[in-house]
Amino acid sequence: MLEIKDLHAVIGGKEILRGVNLSVKPGEVHAIMGPNGSGKSTLSAVLAGHPAYSVTGGTVTFNGKNLLELSPEERSREGLFLSFQYPVEIPGVSMVNFMRTAVNEHRKYKNLPQLSAAEFLKLMRDKKNIVELDSKLANRSVNEGFSGGEKKRNEIFQMAMLEPSLSILDETDSGLDIDALRIVANGVNKLKRPDSATILITHYQRLLDYIVPDVVHILYKGRIVKTAGKELALTLEEKGYDWIKQEVGE
Amino acid sequence: MVQDAYISLYKEQSELIDSYSSDLLNTNRAAACESLSKLGLSIYAQEYERDFGLNINRYKINVDPYLSFKCDVPNIGAYIYFVLNDTFYPNSQQAKLPEGVIVCGISEAISKYSDLVKPYINRQMTINTDGNQAFNAMFAQDGLFVYIPKGLKMDKPLQLINLMHGNSDILAVSHNLIILEDDSSAQLLICDHASGDSHYLTNRVTEVFVGKNAIYEHYKLENTHEKMTNICSLLLDQADNSQVLSNIITLHNNKTRNTVVANINGSHSSLSLNGLVLGDKDQNIDNTTTINHIGPDSSSAELFKYVLDGQAKGKFYGMVKVYPNAQKTSAIQTNRNMCISNKANMQTKPQLEIYADDVKCNHGATVGQLDENALFYLRSRGISEQESRMLLMYAFVHDVLENIRLDALKDRLKLLIEKRLRGELSKCNGCVICK
Repeated sequence: MLEIKDLHAVIGGKEILRGVNLSVKPGEVHAIMGPNGSGKSTLSAVLAGHPAYSVTGGTVTFNGKNLLELSPEERSREGLFLSFQYPVEIPGVSMVNFMRTAVNEHRKYKNLPQLSAAEFLKLMRDKKNIVELDSKLANRSVNEGFSGGEKKRNEIFQMAMLEPSLSILDETDSGLDIDALRIVANGVNKLKRPDSATILITHYQRLLDYIVPDVVHILYKGRIVKTAGKELALTLEEKGYDWIKQEVGE
Repeated sequence: MVQDAYISLYKEQSELIDSYSSDLLNTNRAAACESLSKLGLSIYAQEYERDFGLNINRYKINVDPYLSFKCDVPNIGAYIYFVLNDTFYPNSQQAKLPEGVIVCGISEAISKYSDLVKPYINRQMTINTDGNQAFNAMFAQDGLFVYIPKGLKMDKPLQLINLMHGNSDILAVSHNLIILEDDSSAQLLICDHASGDSHYLTNRVTEVFVGKNAIYEHYKLENTHEKMTNICSLLLDQADNSQVLSNIITLHNNKTRNTVVANINGSHSSLSLNGLVLGDKDQNIDNTTTINHIGPDSSSAELFKYVLDGQAKGKFYGMVKVYPNAQKTSAIQTNRNMCISNKANMQTKPQLEIYADDVKCNHGATVGQLDENALFYLRSRGISEQESRMLLMYAFVHDVLENIRLDALKDRLKLLIEKRLRGELSKCNGCVICK
């Protein structure tokens, strides 16, 4: 589904990704862990097409297409979803208007008819329940005045609405208390399909108690330096990142 | 100088100008002429150089605007009146106004209701310091007159459509007078439109007197064309416990100058003064506002927002002046602007002058671009870049629209603004004259 080969990317003249290789197949859950500044968020931003980053080398194939040639909106319509570490507040754009526009753009791309107002509202109601999102939030402006937990739930709600084939969750667990974490994780688990895949980007093992990964990668200084099963996360939790640094010869 | 031609025109034609108007408008003309020769024309002065026709002889165009022009804001259910170029056209089909309410041409009002008009007309004009107002006083022969008697609350809004129409270049000058007696309430929507392919220049003054405990809402919607220069002055006088809401919206024009002078003379009064500008191409939009807090315990809130694209130029000069007796004044002034293109230009000058010591005032102004992070967030959900920009621009102006209390106008504006932001011309629906 996703094939990343020797990916290099820079921001502001500084190389952050220095040859990332990653292969994700349908049905898999991958966790990408790593210390601060290792390039985790850069990787997710580059995959989603953030214009501030430029790719200087390598290839990314997503469902057979050259992902790097697509605009951010085309990547979304092709089935890629990024749950933001810091969801953006957009005063004046209502959640309803935002999601209706997004869902209908996806439908247009798939040659499906636009949803009627009634169909759309029903879809919203159904999906809101998955993350226990307050109905009142849906009538507010996008993320405006939402608490940290509400913002993260709102990300998963959007994921539920758009039904992506590949979801990248960037530090979705940061800033969440244990109840919110459980709600968000349950939401992600409920949305899992045999043909969809998930990449979890996280600092901590905690999230992985709820969303169990098939593969754990360690990203360090812009490269994936170690790949193993879910037990790798436990080792990291116990020993920290220092032994990785030693392993790569520092 | 550009004003000289107009001054000699006035001197040659003053008898004729007077004969086609009424005495209370005529008394000031000579003084205005004198003043203009000293002050000159400073705002869009070069626009006056065109060879405009000035309708001194009050020829009426053989068009009934009530039959041939359909308003931009349907379903508003207003009492509708037209000033076609510079002339008030009575509405023969008009539903009966509430008892005691008078709506007619200002010239007619001066002859018929001189006692009502006399205490008010020209009272807020500052022809000795303002060249535009001097020009207006020199030539204005007609306009709208509205009188709302004591205690009367209007059941429906009033609507004035200033329609420019002609086969040649026209200069139109008009003077409106709106009087709300104590305890009354009224809403007035003024729409500026232009039809045909001619160049137009207008110089319009609207004097409004809001009595004690009276509530007045003023909406001005400009949706004209790229050959129209519109110079408008709104002069507001507020008595004790009065409330005024004003919204000035410029969607489409060539050059516009809105001057607002609000004199909050009374105590415990409130003023909400709002404006919205969507400019592109070579549009020029200038809102210059002065709020004078003269009486104590009053409040004012000012919010102006501009979205500028193309080579559009915007100006916002806002002065809030708190007089020595205006203790316990609360004033807030906000001007936020977005320059969408590299060539768009915005100048803002927020100013506070405070001469009282127990007041709460603040002001703020910003000029920025679209938030790139918000743009990426929307696009990352599959919304095209163009649509995302539209959503963000719409969101930016959203809070100005929320101040509008006429629902039909608000709905219509949302639609017009959306069309405008998509780059479509928001032309009036069903306008027979345009077709």
